[in-house]
Amino acid sequence: MRGSFYYKYIKTPGTKLVLYVLLIGIGYAYLYPLLYMITTSFMSVEDLVNPTIRWIPVHPTLNNYKLAWEVLEVSKSLVNSIYLSVVPALIQTFSTALIAYGLQRFDIPLKRFWLVLVLATFLIPAQTTLVTKYILFSKLKLVGTPLASFLPALFGQGIKSAIFILLYYNFFQMLPKTFDEAAELDGAGPFRIFWTIMLPLSIPAMVTTFIFSLVWYWNETLVSGLILGNSIKTLPIALRDFIWRFAQMFPSSTGSPSNRLNEGIRLAATFITILPLLITYLFLQRQFVESLERTGITGE
Amino acid sequence: MSKKLKVKTKRALVGYLFFSPWIIGFLVFTAYPFFYSLYLSFFKVRFTVSGVESTFVGFEFYKYAFRGDLTFPINFTNTITSIILSTPLIVIFALIVSILLNNKIRFRAFFRLLYFLPVVIISGPVVSELIANNAAQIVDPGKYFIYQFFTTLPDRISFPFLYMFDNLVLILWFSGVQILFFLAGLQKISSSIYEAAKIDGANSWVIFWKITLPLIRPFILINTIYTIVDLASFANNAVNTSITQHMFDIDKPYSYSSALSWIYFVSVMAIIGVAFLILRRKD
Repeated sequence: MRGSFYYKYIKTPGTKLVLYVLLIGIGYAYLYPLLYMITTSFMSVEDLVNPTIRWIPVHPTLNNYKLAWEVLEVSKSLVNSIYLSVVPALIQTFSTALIAYGLQRFDIPLKRFWLVLVLATFLIPAQTTLVTKYILFSKLKLVGTPLASFLPALFGQGIKSAIFILLYYNFFQMLPKTFDEAAELDGAGPFRIFWTIMLPLSIPAMVTTFIFSLVWYWNETLVSGLILGNSIKTLPIALRDFIWRFAQMFPSSTGSPSNRLNEGIRLAATFITILPLLITYLFLQRQFVESLERTGITGE
Repeated sequence: MSKKLKVKTKRALVGYLFFSPWIIGFLVFTAYPFFYSLYLSFFKVRFTVSGVESTFVGFEFYKYAFRGDLTFPINFTNTITSIILSTPLIVIFALIVSILLNNKIRFRAFFRLLYFLPVVIISGPVVSELIANNAAQIVDPGKYFIYQFFTTLPDRISFPFLYMFDNLVLILWFSGVQILFFLAGLQKISSSIYEAAKIDGANSWVIFWKITLPLIRPFILINTIYTIVDLASFANNAVNTSITQHMFDIDKPYSYSSALSWIYFVSVMAIIGVAFLILRRKD
């Protein structure tokens, strides 16, 4: 009977039914945009203008995907997206670990002050520093180069770095100090202790940091759109400029009706943009969902 | 004694060595752009042959934002009201869903996975495309009696309710991380507290208000702040358009955008401050 008193109310069939209906209803509302996007993206022009067709296309077509693929320049922008999310995510995984290690393990003076300052940086909306970041990077001649994204990540100022520093900080706090003290007696230096003891024990925190950095870097368009945007197009940035790019490639005067921009083509492009993320999520679902509990970001 | 002190100093130095990349990064990539944009917002910048010339203009750009600019006040009000209205809706919704999920149910893992999915795929352009192509409008709210009932009320009263109906999917899509936070918090509440309350004759309604809610309170605060920051930084806020549009204005390059971004910053901080005052522990 342990721990099930509270759930007794739920055990009556009526409340249980209400619970499932609620959960399924909410789930439907979550999935609706995705389902709508997928079915619409296969619709031909006839299906799109036919008001009786809502879900299942009668004349399914792959033409939308062909056009969207071309306009997004997927072969190029996909590589850019992968490069500009995997590399900074890796950098961020190691740099925030190192920073949190210094902050948590060494009783440095002003420790509380630094911790508060790290968290305070999280509150600054990206827009506030957008203009001056552009000025800074153009002074450093880094506008349009991947370094403009990698350097902040290296110095603990990447996307939501503060959260990851806090995550490692809490995680290191749970690791007993006896490990590093024993290694220290054996003559290991602090960097070696970090590399051979702390990191291997922190794999859950590292996995969490990496996968969340990965999707947040992939989806970021505000800062990177301005600082990298014109020379390195990622998939989401190509999607942002989709209407404009489509008009460039298919001027409406020459296009046949099936080549005119419609919601089928636009939603096909949207689906192409999120497909790599969906696949990643399917493979790493447990790491995503359970990570927040396992790493103790919520604090003890 | 002095040896011990030395060891302590050495350890502090090593700690700072590991932490120093953050200090450098903070100064260069956060503090400098942050304060430089404040500085720029009070100066008129001109690019001349000899370099950059700047003259102090005081609050001129701040005044212009509300008195001269035609679009900024609208964009600004839209963004701020959307943050103020969405945040409580998202937090309350996330709390309800997490309490539902905290029951012993089948397919719990599946539902959790489903509700978290938007966190992985959400980005400015994707949301814009979904909205522009009607994929985010799950039902036409205009068809429903309750919606029409609200439209008959005065604007000021009906506005928040109509907003909720119109943005339902977005509210769901922004609550993934918050649901997981709440779930983690709920799981920390020991079941013996519930058992004791049950023995004392409390029903689930009383248990929710007297036990669950007070214990989950710190998580409500964290989630509220997270939600405000998340919404405020999102890539398709109308405010962003204003800021990026005016960046290269010939008569006021950089400065006007900086002033706009500082107006925005101060407003967002004010919202966070109010949320903090309402939700902090009163003891």
